[in-house]
Amino acid sequence: MVKQAYDGPILEIDQLSISFFTRLREIPAVMDFSCKVMPGEAMGLVGESGCGKSTVALGVMQDLGVNGRVVGGSIKFKGRELNAMSDAELRDIRGSEIAMIYQEPMASLNPAMKIGRQLMEVPIIHEGVSEAEARARALEVVTDVKLPDPERILASYPHQLSGGQQQRIVIAMALMANPSLLILDEPTTALDVTVEAAVVELVKDLGKKYGTSMLFISHNLGLVLETCDRICVMYSGEAVETGSIGDVFDKMRHPYTQALFRSIPLPGADKNAKPLVAIPGNFPLPHERPRGCNFGPRCDYFEAGRCDAGDIPMEPVPGDERHRSRCVKFKEIDWEMLALGADRTETSEPGDVILRMDDLKKYYEVAASALFSGGETKVVKANESLSFEAHEGETLAIVGESGCGKSTFAKVLLGLETATSGDITLDNKAIGDTPIAERDTQTVADVQMVFQNPFDTLNPSMTVGRQIIRALEIFRIGNSEAERRARMLDLLDLVKLPREFADRMPRQLSGGQKQRVGIARAFAGDARIVVADEPVSALDVSVQAAVADLLMEIQRRQKTTLLFISHDLSIVRYLSDRVLVMYLGHVVEIGTTDQVFAPPYHPYTEALLSAVPIADTRVQKKHIVLEGDIPSAMNPPPGCPFQTRCPWKSQVPGTKCETEMPPVLDMGDGHKIKCHLTREKLDGMEPVITLAAE
Amino acid sequence: MDPLTWGEIIPRIIVQLTPVWIALAVTFALSITFKRRLGLYGKLFDSVIGMMGFALVMFWVFAAVFGAMDLILTHDPLAQSGNMKNKVPGTPYTKMIGEAADGAYPYYLLGGDNLGRDVFSRMIAGAWIVVQIGPLATLFAFMAGITLGLPAAYYGSKLDTSLTFLANLVLAFPVILLFYLLVTPEIVATGIPTYMAMVLFIFPLVFIVILLNARYHTQPKVRAPLLAAVIAVLGLLYLSLISDSSGPIRWLPAWLDLFDIPGGILVVFVAVVFVNAPTVFRIVRGIALDIKTRDYVAAAQTRGEGPWYIMLWEILPNARGPLIVDFCLRVGYTTILLGTLGFFGLGLPPESPDWGSTINEGRKLLSIYPHPALPPALALLSLVLGLNLLADGLREESLRD
Amino acid sequence: MGLFILRRIAVMILTALCLTFIVFFLTNLYPNLEKLAKTQGNMRMTDTQVDSWLENRGYLEPLPVKYGQWLGVLPGYVTEDPEGAVRGRCIDTGMEPEEAPTFCGVLQGNWGYSTVFQDGVWDIVSTRLALTGKLMFWVMVLMVPSALILGVLAGMREGSRTDRTLSTVSIVSTATPEYVSGVILIAVFASSAVGLKWFKGTATSAMESATFDNFFLPVLTIALYGMGYIARMTRASMAEVMTQQYIRTARLKGVSFRNVVLKHALRNALIAPFTVIMLQFPWLLNGVVIVETLFNYKGFGWTLVQAAGNNDIELLLGVSIVSVIVVLVTQLISDVGYVYLNPRISVT
Repeated sequence: MVKQAYDGPILEIDQLSISFFTRLREIPAVMDFSCKVMPGEAMGLVGESGCGKSTVALGVMQDLGVNGRVVGGSIKFKGRELNAMSDAELRDIRGSEIAMIYQEPMASLNPAMKIGRQLMEVPIIHEGVSEAEARARALEVVTDVKLPDPERILASYPHQLSGGQQQRIVIAMALMANPSLLILDEPTTALDVTVEAAVVELVKDLGKKYGTSMLFISHNLGLVLETCDRICVMYSGEAVETGSIGDVFDKMRHPYTQALFRSIPLPGADKNAKPLVAIPGNFPLPHERPRGCNFGPRCDYFEAGRCDAGDIPMEPVPGDERHRSRCVKFKEIDWEMLALGADRTETSEPGDVILRMDDLKKYYEVAASALFSGGETKVVKANESLSFEAHEGETLAIVGESGCGKSTFAKVLLGLETATSGDITLDNKAIGDTPIAERDTQTVADVQMVFQNPFDTLNPSMTVGRQIIRALEIFRIGNSEAERRARMLDLLDLVKLPREFADRMPRQLSGGQKQRVGIARAFAGDARIVVADEPVSALDVSVQAAVADLLMEIQRRQKTTLLFISHDLSIVRYLSDRVLVMYLGHVVEIGTTDQVFAPPYHPYTEALLSAVPIADTRVQKKHIVLEGDIPSAMNPPPGCPFQTRCPWKSQVPGTKCETEMPPVLDMGDGHKIKCHLTREKLDGMEPVITLAAE
Repeated sequence: MDPLTWGEIIPRIIVQLTPVWIALAVTFALSITFKRRLGLYGKLFDSVIGMMGFALVMFWVFAAVFGAMDLILTHDPLAQSGNMKNKVPGTPYTKMIGEAADGAYPYYLLGGDNLGRDVFSRMIAGAWIVVQIGPLATLFAFMAGITLGLPAAYYGSKLDTSLTFLANLVLAFPVILLFYLLVTPEIVATGIPTYMAMVLFIFPLVFIVILLNARYHTQPKVRAPLLAAVIAVLGLLYLSLISDSSGPIRWLPAWLDLFDIPGGILVVFVAVVFVNAPTVFRIVRGIALDIKTRDYVAAAQTRGEGPWYIMLWEILPNARGPLIVDFCLRVGYTTILLGTLGFFGLGLPPESPDWGSTINEGRKLLSIYPHPALPPALALLSLVLGLNLLADGLREESLRD
Repeated sequence: MGLFILRRIAVMILTALCLTFIVFFLTNLYPNLEKLAKTQGNMRMTDTQVDSWLENRGYLEPLPVKYGQWLGVLPGYVTEDPEGAVRGRCIDTGMEPEEAPTFCGVLQGNWGYSTVFQDGVWDIVSTRLALTGKLMFWVMVLMVPSALILGVLAGMREGSRTDRTLSTVSIVSTATPEYVSGVILIAVFASSAVGLKWFKGTATSAMESATFDNFFLPVLTIALYGMGYIARMTRASMAEVMTQQYIRTARLKGVSFRNVVLKHALRNALIAPFTVIMLQFPWLLNGVVIVETLFNYKGFGWTLVQAAGNNDIELLLGVSIVSVIVVLVTQLISDVGYVYLNPRISVT
């Protein structure tokens, strides 16, 4: 197929509506959606889960499944109507003119087909080239996506590659036919932060190199800021605001966009001085959308009679180019005014040390190969010489990517595993060797956990109230069923859930509500140490702030020590007092939040800070992209665990990094860094993040 | 009297089954009216496949129950008539040569078998045996499979390895060989099936006791009386079941022994449970291995719950969907196994009207008189088909959100 | 890979030993032996006579010893009765006791003697197995391809009309055990009552020369029951694969539906059914026994029924070993094949 030269808009969507049809009703997923992508332009599509952004992408691909249907509007690709195309015409366009990159790289590659075959298929189908030519093209593109040893990669199966490499292959596959439009559906959500940064960098570079237009779908405003020229914010099936990145980020004209920005932790936010503002209420279910403005019920500026009168059109914002908003009041709202209800709260001072870890080690023995038990075993050093103290009422963040050993540490602390060596002292009582079955009720109740995945944290076949009451029974709180029930209702009050929820099943609750129940359950026995394992990372942006604030509030009231496990440095900076950075089982840096977020850094901390996307146009970041992937904990590198990816390695003379475990440098005031770099080099580091003066 | 034509036989059969139709209609009317309040069972009535399956299954259940209450049978299923041997469907009934006895149904609706017994009545009477043994045996197999499968998955390591090996051992045994070895009079005489029954039937008791203990061990005041009552009642049932006035185990004095199971049925029961339990074990183990990794299991561990509480109250309830579906399929499979046993004349007495035995008797003259073998064959086919459709409907509905 | 197979074989041998021991135990229970003594000797033997009859033939030794002898790892028994006649496990009639070998069990190729057929067990088992092999071959030829095609066609468009129709067909076929379908098929196609008479209702003549006439019905009967099961597995597997992300990737690459199914879905979808087909063997044995009995085809299954029904201990043991080994070998093949089919499992 010969690609025609075309200089109009690559993609023009006009008043698109898509519905899914179930047995009971029609569920509108996208309503009245319009947008335009010009050649070489990158358009970001942002919104929370369920807002219809992925449906738009599938609509463009004309791949809505048996239940989905375009019920109105048009989608024009290079001026041709996609809705009216035959299957054969669509097949011609798919893969060659429009290509798509998905969220889960592993799932989007055929597990039983070699990488080379999967790549070569594209030019063979679309250009009818020979096998040899297709192979040459594949080799070229694999080199383009910066994968080492392309020949070997082509001959391997997907499962033999790491997640980051797989995503590069998916990108390579999309670029094989040099498409005019690339649709990226949350392409980095499944990846670690440092790997994500490298993939984003690659997509940006290749987009420029090939001149491809992009439709970038993400829930992460920071990522969109880094990759896109224009942005479209979606809420509950509708586009609510669209415009250039600069206009929307700095001169937003829709209350939802504003609320979204106020609920994400940007530099400068502080849990005490400048807390986040959560969006009240819940995302409406598709069949329960309100009349008029979908955001109305949660909006600070809601005015009955106007906002709920009828359908609201997108209106251009005067003075800005192609900036539109779907709000009847945007011309009246004072956009410079501070958020409502952003109160200052008291700073709480940390108390005595209640938890102390001393040289904790946890090793696992695993079979060398999954298929046979017995035979050779390998030792996985999940935690290596972990030492720190935690005070009453403080928040200690534990930061690291996958495989860094943060979950293992939590298991040991909770008694689900016992330590290989070293001590854990809780109130001067050693608990490191005591499995949970041998701990007394008080100790068990004192150390509790909040889990990551809200859909997994509650037993789906037990009512919410029953689950909390069970925790009370186990902690021997209350003497009768009635007492426990009363206490359970108090706990629901504590986490700000209505008391009626006691008799609901977990499936009737939203993600944020389930997470609140999880928190209530953890605090059932007045826990003094709570391990929160990424408690908000699976929640939508607008709910994250509310749950994080709830944790902070309970902590302030109960003087709880919070061990906050996270990979998201933005939220860590927002709510933690001290930070501990882990890499492959080692603590590489520990200090107060200010110390860790300012130089001197451990090289890994520095890279991590640079990798985290920040949704603030004022932020200038030092650009550090790590090469390669995180090594497997089964097979860690010798010497410093970070040496394989460290950009500072050349600054250390000799082969010290490859051979010796670095010493722990005390930088003063409890700030410690595990690195071979000299004090001078460390002190000479520049800050990664700077705020441009306003 | 003239023999009936098929045009007359079919209406007569339909009339004869009147109680079944009424019961079916009532069940469906009630279920469909309240389907929104009945959970998964109610959802079944949204699926055509599921409803068809349910109707077939309930048809046979009602037919069996009303048959046992003597509302449907036209003749005594065991009574022979010299004059009715191999008579075709619709033949007027005569005891010997001459006229029918007063009050007896005037026809053999589906003909007579090689001993002159009424095929229709035998088919209905056979349903009662099948409908009783199939689900009950499957239930016992599930109890055994669950009680062993959960700890195998939860603890893993050595326990898992050895239990899985044992399960595979039974599974590698050709079923038919096992039946021939277990269900012969010589083996029954040694009492081995009774000892196996002793082991297999203890599982429900163990299961329920652990279940309640795990739930109430934090409340000793509730636990003690509850467990005592349960152990007393179930223990008595269990002992009555295995001890037999003529068998090798006579632990209960006669006045306490509530009932005796006829030897043949007990053996068949044991054999079927024994063959099914390992498969259930593997299914339960597989599901439990998956659920074990969920956060709510970890949450239970972090609050210090005992392993049995986690297995029975956190893991098992969430495995119920696939287990219910498999239960339906497995009742069908058990019915087929029962038929196989009957087909080889194993276990049940030869005059038993159960479908397998009837097919076995009918097959000898199959080329000349197919009518005695066909009704039980079609009956078995429709019941198993119903169970399969029901399972399919349930699976589809439980997957749909 | 070699290590993997070795381990599997070790487990297999252990399983085979356990199973044969169980069979040995069950067939050598006293009531069985008593019956044997009476049928072989004299129906009116007294209890003491039975005991001495059994004693002389080594039947009353402890079970593990007997099992060892039968297996050929312990020396065969030698007894002398009061008249001075020497009997021994390894002493054939007309053989001098001194010349007889010490070990003579299954491992030495001595499978014993069938009391029903009056012939060596090994000869009976091997000829009968060959006959059943012929039956199974045709069953596989008929069953596997049709089941896979049925399953793939139904699963590639889940919920479509084709899917509904084909799924119903396979459900009906799984709900029809051999003794039901056999009876129906004979009644319809072979009985004089219906009068179609397209096929023969017995397959006895197929033992020498199998023709379409005399062999199709038994083959079809076994194939029907297994077919539905494999087809449903294939359908489920295919339907699951078709919802995978990589199928969407392929579709959105512009691959035609035909090639999506053939190149991308098929291999992945066949991994699960392959194991199922292999694990069908112990099940098929069931069908074989039923069908051979129903159609009077004197193969392995028929032999099993004869041996079990007539308390022919040695033959029953022989039949058991063979069936257990057949089952275990198919399981081994299924494991190894699974590893080859599924590139995600690497055995290095």
